[in-house]
Amino acid sequence: MTSPLLAQFRRDLLLAIRSRSETVNPLAFFALGVLLFSLAHAGQANIGVGAVWALALFANALAAEGMFRGDDEDGTLEQLLIHRRPLFTTILGKLFAHWLLVGLPISALSPLAAMALQGSLANGGTLLASLLLGTPTLTCIGAIGAALTLGTGRGGLLLTILAMPLYLPVLIFGVGASALGNDAAFPLLALAALLAAAATVAPFAVGKALAISQEY
Amino acid sequence: MIRRGWIREAFHRSGSPRWFFAASRRWMIGLYGVGIVLILTGSIWGLGFVPPERYQGESARILFIHVPAAFLAQTIYVAVAVAGLVYLVWRMKMADMLIAAAAPIGTAITAAALATGFIWGIPTWGAGWVWDARTVSTLALLLLFFGLLALRQAIPRPERAAMAVSLLAVVGVVNIPIIKYSVEWFITLHQPSSLEIGKAPTIAAVYLWPLGINILGYYCFVAGATIAALRAKIVAREGTTDWVQAWLKKTAR
Repeated sequence: MTSPLLAQFRRDLLLAIRSRSETVNPLAFFALGVLLFSLAHAGQANIGVGAVWALALFANALAAEGMFRGDDEDGTLEQLLIHRRPLFTTILGKLFAHWLLVGLPISALSPLAAMALQGSLANGGTLLASLLLGTPTLTCIGAIGAALTLGTGRGGLLLTILAMPLYLPVLIFGVGASALGNDAAFPLLALAALLAAAATVAPFAVGKALAISQEY
Repeated sequence: MIRRGWIREAFHRSGSPRWFFAASRRWMIGLYGVGIVLILTGSIWGLGFVPPERYQGESARILFIHVPAAFLAQTIYVAVAVAGLVYLVWRMKMADMLIAAAAPIGTAITAAALATGFIWGIPTWGAGWVWDARTVSTLALLLLFFGLLALRQAIPRPERAAMAVSLLAVVGVVNIPIIKYSVEWFITLHQPSSLEIGKAPTIAAVYLWPLGINILGYYCFVAGATIAALRAKIVAREGTTDWVQAWLKKTAR
């Protein structure tokens, strides 16, 4: 017997490993974005960590689009919705797997990205911490957008429009933390609070939105 | 005992497009009338008779348009979110039609609040745009309104669009206070607070009266406009029912 959370988590990871190119795409986008930014600003070394955060936001919004698409197309989603096991934990497992595949690698790359963009590793630790706390919230919000736009056939741009205003607090706290450096306990705690709120609320909203997408 | 159920009764009644359509004509005309009179009174008083502001001079007069628009932007979004919650829980058709009617009006008012703020900011702040709590949360409101409009357009099935838009409206409303505080704690700290100096005296009593009248007038006018838009939505969506057909025939004569 495995819990629904673990079962979903394992399944999504397995699927991701088997379709590697799709899994790598958001990361490639992030790395390319960093490259483009540093290229465009080749003359002036210091762009700061704001660009890293903005790119993390975009990469997350783009990655979120495919979160439920495969399950919707092959009918898995319908089975998940009519199954008796709690939807909340299933979605939580899905979110966790998605963060592990998108948010975590982006966070891990961020000190490197900061080095490329500002020429030094200053505040790299705080940036890493803020992204580790912030990207799960981005995953939660992106999942709501992905579930709402499921089946509309114009996910990407629409999802970005829906998710961006909801991403704003994470961005503000995240950049605030990265700018403060070693003194960033408060914004980091605020990011943790946002994560706690998002992780409790988002699975319900996602479940509701998924049910709407299958209902009519 | 007899009056106990009146709230529930009013709630059920307002859920009926037919009842609302019959009753709302008078409300719409009344709100439009009161709104226009109040806006004219407040604007003429504020633009023509109030002395220029000590620090900002004549430019402070934009206050009489900017503040009502900024108030309304938030009020309309909260109203849309409440209607969204009502739709999610009770699936009242009228709640969804209210969202559909109010969202474009809210978008326009929010854009007006941002635009007047920008125009006001140039002479007083020295910059049209400043990243402070109010500007950012109003900008987020505008984006949320755009999201509501875009999502409804993207989903072809009306019932599904209604549910999705309601859910998005409810999710979005949680976000407004968070954005407000996040900016207040982080970005405003880095702003020179001297920018706000000229603002304090604008709440002088001479300004308060025309401002209050204008705020009330804008609320009445927008309520009237929302009812008008809602009536148009009712006719469009319930067009096949007998009573709408009868009404169309009667008004066409």
